[in-house]
Amino acid sequence: MNSAKGGPAAVQALNVSKVFGEGDSAVVALDNVSVNIRQNEFFTLLGPSGCGKTTLLRLIAGFDHPSNGAILLEGEDISGLPPYQRPVNTVFQSYALFPHMTVAGNIAFGLEMLGKSKPEIDATVTDMLRLVQMEELKDRQTSQISGGQQQRVALARALAPHPKVLLLDEPLSALDLKLRKEMQIELKRLQHETGITFIFVTHDQEEALTMSDRIAVMSAGNILQVGTPRDIYDHPAERFVANFIGETNFFQAELVSVKKGAGKIKLASGKTITATVPDGLVANGHITAVVRPEHARIVEPGASSTLVGTLENIVYFGTDTHFHVALGGEEAFIVRMQNARDDAGKFSTGMNVGITIDANAAQVLRD
Amino acid sequence: MTVTATHEGPVRPTKSAAEVAADATQRDIRNCWLLCAPALIVLLCAASGPLAIMLMYSFLKAGDYGGVLWTFSTEGWFSVFVQRDIFDETLSLADAHVSIFWRSLKLSILTTLLALCLGFPTAYFIAMRPLQTRNLWLFLITIPFWTNLLIRTFAIMEMIRNHGIINSLLKSIGVIDEPIQMLFTDFSVMLGMTYVYLPLMVLPIYASMEKFDFRLVEAGYDLYASRFRVLRRIIIPLVKPGIIAGSILVFVPSLGAYVTPRVLGGGKRMMLGNLIELQFGQGRNWPLGAALSITLLVIVMAALLIYVRSVQRRDGGHG
Ligand SMILES: Nc1ncnc2c1ncn2[C@@H]1O[C@H](COP(=O)(O)OP(=O)(O)OP(=O)(O)O)[C@@H](O)[C@H]1O
Ligand SMILES: [Mg+2]
Repeated sequence: MNSAKGGPAAVQALNVSKVFGEGDSAVVALDNVSVNIRQNEFFTLLGPSGCGKTTLLRLIAGFDHPSNGAILLEGEDISGLPPYQRPVNTVFQSYALFPHMTVAGNIAFGLEMLGKSKPEIDATVTDMLRLVQMEELKDRQTSQISGGQQQRVALARALAPHPKVLLLDEPLSALDLKLRKEMQIELKRLQHETGITFIFVTHDQEEALTMSDRIAVMSAGNILQVGTPRDIYDHPAERFVANFIGETNFFQAELVSVKKGAGKIKLASGKTITATVPDGLVANGHITAVVRPEHARIVEPGASSTLVGTLENIVYFGTDTHFHVALGGEEAFIVRMQNARDDAGKFSTGMNVGITIDANAAQVLRD
Repeated sequence: MTVTATHEGPVRPTKSAAEVAADATQRDIRNCWLLCAPALIVLLCAASGPLAIMLMYSFLKAGDYGGVLWTFSTEGWFSVFVQRDIFDETLSLADAHVSIFWRSLKLSILTTLLALCLGFPTAYFIAMRPLQTRNLWLFLITIPFWTNLLIRTFAIMEMIRNHGIINSLLKSIGVIDEPIQMLFTDFSVMLGMTYVYLPLMVLPIYASMEKFDFRLVEAGYDLYASRFRVLRRIIIPLVKPGIIAGSILVFVPSLGAYVTPRVLGGGKRMMLGNLIELQFGQGRNWPLGAALSITLLVIVMAALLIYVRSVQRRDGGHG
């Protein structure tokens, strides 16, 4: 789907399936997954627990082998190579630092195994220590440093051999919020400075949105959608994606016409608005569409409003306010508006209000 | 406000903080001795005491029918290393003793190495089993412990004797014409001791390995280490405490082994344990026996010291 545009491929998965176990107890961890990860990109695998993120990463690293399909690295099939022959390094969720070596010893390990010369190893280790700002602690035992520092060492250790691809399996999940934010920025910086392709696994949608060049949203062993954070957020093609990332309003409508991904949908109120339509969908009646709360507006009921309902609840959040509007369906339609100085008291609960939807803000779902 | 009140109040005869602390330490020390008493008594009666008696006996004169005469003599120690010719009373190095010392040391080291070579993969194998079946494997490893040592040793004898199972089998399939002499050789002694002491090697290594985080192996592979290098650079250094403990547990009893060399060595392949037994039995030379025992102890200590030192030095190399 995205393979045509963008730079050359770093990692490709071609129809990859992975089944654990046999017979009745078989678990399909990956179900015919294809994805194209470009060079120098910060690519994120995002999905709920158990959706197969770690499995895909382990197949790329070579710890497991696909039951079906192939993994390509820069166009070459590496499915048969053991992990120690793949120019791919991993930052493990548990860090997996070698407890019998110092910080510097850990970072040097990969280089030693590659048979680099002593001066070269020393130089690279020093570089890496500087890169992750751990120069002072290089002779410490890995058990004598904090979680955040261990995280940095794990990163430096994986970066030191300068792999073609760096795999990161939820590397930030063990850190507290503040450190996590710091490390997010640092990871982004490291990716930029080294120019290495990062494949990053997380189940935190905010982390995925802020850090990635592109995101693949996974569910139950499938990749549902691949795109830039904006794409994914503004134009979720599947119900799962829309639901998983951010807050969303679902509503029923009728697809009237489609032309090159842009369509016209008719709402229950009889109004027609423009919407983005995923590839391959034709105008054949009933569909579900979504609109992000911040892409709608509360107005006085009147000619300009696309939907009309009763204001159920007003939740004040400081910078913005959430309006819950009952439209007669099961769930209230949520509108999020930035607070201006003068709009206090303009609306109150129980009022009849109108909702307008920004142009092209509506997205039609595939199912 | 409360601070000023106490300041102006009557001076009470309270103890200073330092005094209280000193009292507490004294009490702690007293308690400590009390709590240690059982261990100290055991150590004194079961370890230091007998050792002191042995040391004393080694400096006494041998009685004619065993036992000791209460006169000081260095004859016992003297004859550990030196022998006196029966006819012309000339002195020479005690060849028999030296060769027995040497054989004991050699066989114990070989036994330890063989047990390590067999025990390490076994422990690894068990540690890799699923949690539910591990205890079963451990149980299988320890089963020989539940059987009498003598019976196990005779079982080995049955296997390797000239008309035993192995030789008959080899003969029947035509590999050999004449039986291979395995019984009553150094080989049979080593084989027997390895068999007997193998669990002592497997258990400590397994205990280390069970604590080992096998994700480190994947981290090793990820960083370009082949299987062999992962073994050498990651697994072995981290289970080293188990390897050291297992080696000590096998080496020490091997050096003093008595039953196995007696049965499988057939009296010709004597080890230190047998030599010592001989002095207290037929030899009727208790001082020599005592001196030999202490020599054995010294050898064990020295060997352990060298071993632990060398292991630690190699450890320091990687930093
Ligand atoms: N070795 C294995 N044997 C059997 N099933 C496995 C194995 N590894 C993973 N699975 C199953 O495969 C599925 C995907 O697992 P995976 O570890 O890839 O999930 P994940 O997306 O990384 O989840 P999380 O966010 O919790 O880490 C799960 O249902 C899991 O139970
Ligand atoms: Mg995972």
